[in-house]
Amino acid sequence: MSVSSSSLVVRVRGLRKSFGANRVLDGVDLDVHKGEVVVVIGPSGSGKTTLLRCINLLETYDEGSIQVDGVEVGFRDGPGGTRQHRGDRELSRIRADIGMVFQLFNLFPHLTARENVMLGLRKVRGLPAAEAKRTAEQWLARVGLGDKFDSLPSQLSGGQQQRVGIARAVAMGPKVLLLDEITSALDPELVGEVLTVVQELAKDGMTMIVVTHEMTFARDVSTGIVFMDGGRIQVEGTPREVLSMTNHERLKAFLARIELKHH
Amino acid sequence: MLYAIRSLPFLWQGLLLTLKFSALVVVLSLIAGIILGVGIVYGPRWLYWPIRIYSDFLRGIPLLVLIFFIYYGLPLFGLNFSNFGSVVLALSAFETAHIIEVVRGAIQSIPPGQNEAAKVIGLQFGQRLLYVIAPQAVRRFLPPWINAVVDTVKGSALVSLVGIVDLTLAIQQVIGRTYIPMPLYVLGAVMYFVINYCLSSASRALEARFAYIRE
Amino acid sequence: MTYHLNYDFIWRHFDRLGWGLVLSLELALISILIGMAIGLSLALAYTGGGRFIRSLVAGYVEFIRNVPLLLLVYLVFYGVPSVGGFAYDATASFVITLAVYAGATMVEVFRAGLADVPGGLIDAGKAIGLTGWQRLICVRLPTMFRIVLPSLSNAYVSLFKDTSLASVIAVPELTYGAQWINTNSFRVIEVWSVTAPMYLVTGYGLLFLLQRLERRFAVH
Repeated sequence: MSVSSSSLVVRVRGLRKSFGANRVLDGVDLDVHKGEVVVVIGPSGSGKTTLLRCINLLETYDEGSIQVDGVEVGFRDGPGGTRQHRGDRELSRIRADIGMVFQLFNLFPHLTARENVMLGLRKVRGLPAAEAKRTAEQWLARVGLGDKFDSLPSQLSGGQQQRVGIARAVAMGPKVLLLDEITSALDPELVGEVLTVVQELAKDGMTMIVVTHEMTFARDVSTGIVFMDGGRIQVEGTPREVLSMTNHERLKAFLARIELKHH
Repeated sequence: MLYAIRSLPFLWQGLLLTLKFSALVVVLSLIAGIILGVGIVYGPRWLYWPIRIYSDFLRGIPLLVLIFFIYYGLPLFGLNFSNFGSVVLALSAFETAHIIEVVRGAIQSIPPGQNEAAKVIGLQFGQRLLYVIAPQAVRRFLPPWINAVVDTVKGSALVSLVGIVDLTLAIQQVIGRTYIPMPLYVLGAVMYFVINYCLSSASRALEARFAYIRE
Repeated sequence: MTYHLNYDFIWRHFDRLGWGLVLSLELALISILIGMAIGLSLALAYTGGGRFIRSLVAGYVEFIRNVPLLLLVYLVFYGVPSVGGFAYDATASFVITLAVYAGATMVEVFRAGLADVPGGLIDAGKAIGLTGWQRLICVRLPTMFRIVLPSLSNAYVSLFKDTSLASVIAVPELTYGAQWINTNSFRVIEVWSVTAPMYLVTGYGLLFLLQRLERRFAVH
C-alpha cells in the first residue's frame, strides 16, 4: 500500500463473516488512507462485495473490527468491555459519512434526478430546500447531467442513471466512497462515461474503495490493488506490482480469465 | 311492462344500497387491511402467524360460506347484530384478508436495493419508510386494490341471499311481480357493469401511469 | 344461552357434504375445461384478429368480469329459458354459467401467456422453416401452456370456491349440503366448522398438488 502521512480513513482488522455455514470473509486486514483509491479484484464468491457491504453495515460482521475515521462502525462499547450491536439511528449517522454506489444503480424511481440527490441533503444533512437544490444541481452538472435535473430514472440511460447514483453519493460529502462493480451492469459503450467521472473524483482527492473488473481503470486510476480469494486478501501492492506479478498462481489465472473476457 | 318502468325507483333504491354497502366495506377493509398488512411485513414475529393464518383462512373459503356462518352463527355467540351488520362484518372480514395480501405484495415487490440505497445515504427507518418505501408501495398498491373494490361490489350481491334489499334482490322482487326476468336481469347486469367497468378502467389507467415504477 | 356442541346430525348426514364436495370438484373441472376451450379460441382470435374481433372479445371479457357471478347464475337459469322457450336442469345451467365465467378469465390468461412466449423461440421456428400453423402448434402453444400453469392452478381453485354459488339454485354441492344441514338441525357452528375446513383443505391441497406438477413442467 502506498505510504502516505495523511490520516487513516478506513481500518479493517481480522474481519470475519459467515452466511450460515459459508465462511465468506476469513480474516481481512486493510488500511485505506485519505485520498487513496484502492481497487479490490477477485473471482466471484471471494468476498469482495461482502467486504464493501460490511464497511457501511449493509451486512453485519461476526468478528474483527472496521473503523471509519476512528469509529467502529458495527459496534459500540458495552458494559464490562463487551461490544454491542449499534441500533438503526446510530448506524444512520455513521452511514451518512460513507458513500456507496451500487451495481444496479438503485435510484429512487418516484423521484427526479435532482430529487434523488436532494433527499439525503434535506433529510439527513438538514439543508434547507433552496441550498439542497443548488448543491444537487451542482453535482449533477459535475457528472455531466446538467440538462437532466427533472428527468425520472426511467427516462435515463444506464450510464446516466449510474452518474446520478454517483452524484447522490458524493453530494453527501462522504469520508470514503464505496463503489460496488458500478459498471458491470452497463452496456460497454456507456462504461467510459461513468469511469471518467470516477477518475475525476479521484483526481480531486476522494478516498475510494472500488470493486471492479475493469483492469484498465485499476491500472490507471488506483493507488493500490488488492486481490481477494476465498475470503482473504491474497495479494496487495501498487498497480504495477500486482498486475505484472508472475509468481502467484491464482492471481495469474484470474487475470488471464479477465483478459480473455474483455478482449 | 309499465309496472317494470314504475319499479325503476325501487331498483334505484337497491342500487343505492349496494353502493352504500360496498363503500362501507371498502373503507373498513382498507383500514384494517393496511394496518394488518404493514403489521405482517414490519411487525414483530409473534404478529406474523396470527395475521397470516387469518388471511389464508379467509381467502381459502367461499364468501358465501363465510356469510352464512356469520349470519347464522353470530347470535349463538351472544352477538345480536342486525342483518346489515352481520353481512358488513362478513364481507369486510373477507376483503380485509385480500387487502392484507395486496399490501404485502406492494411492499415486498419493492427491490431490496431501494431500502439499501436509502440506508446508505443515512436515512433512518422511519425516514426510509416515509420517503422511499411508502411512495413506491402506494403506486404498486392502487391498481390491485381497485380490483379488490370491484370484487367487493360483486360480492355485495350475495347479501341478497340473507334478505337485504340490494340491487340484486330488488331486481328479483320486481321480476316476481312482472314476470319478465330476462330484461330485468340484463338491466341489473348492465348496472353492475357500469359501476365496475369505471373502476377497472381507473385501475388500468393507474397501472399504465405507474409503469415507470416497476422497471 | 348455553350451547353444547353436538356433531351427531352432521355425521349422520355427512354424505351430503362428502358427495357435495365431489360434485363441487366436478363442476369446477368441467367448467374450467370448457372455459379453457372458450378462452383459448378467443385468445387466438384476439391475438390474430382485427379491431372488430378484438373489441368483441374484449367486450365479452369485460362484461363477464364486471358482473356478479350470482346475477349471471340467475340470468342463465331463470332468464334464458324464458326467452329461449326451453328449460334445463339446475346443474347444466350452472355449468354453462361457470364455464362462460371461467372462459372470460381464461381469455386473459391465454392472451398474456401467448404474448409471453419469447420472440426468440418463434424466430427459431421461422428459421427452421415452420409455417405459421406449425409454429402455433409446435412452438407457441406448448410454451404458452407451460407459462400459464400457475395461473391455471389458481383459476381452478378459485372456480372450486365459486361453485358454492350453485347452492342458490339448489344444485346439491357442498354449500347446499351444509345449508340443508344448517336449516334442518340448527347446528350452525358444527356444520360450518366442518364445511369451512373441507373447502380449505381441498383448496390448499389442490394448490399444493398442482404446484408440484408445475415444478415438473412450468417455464419461468
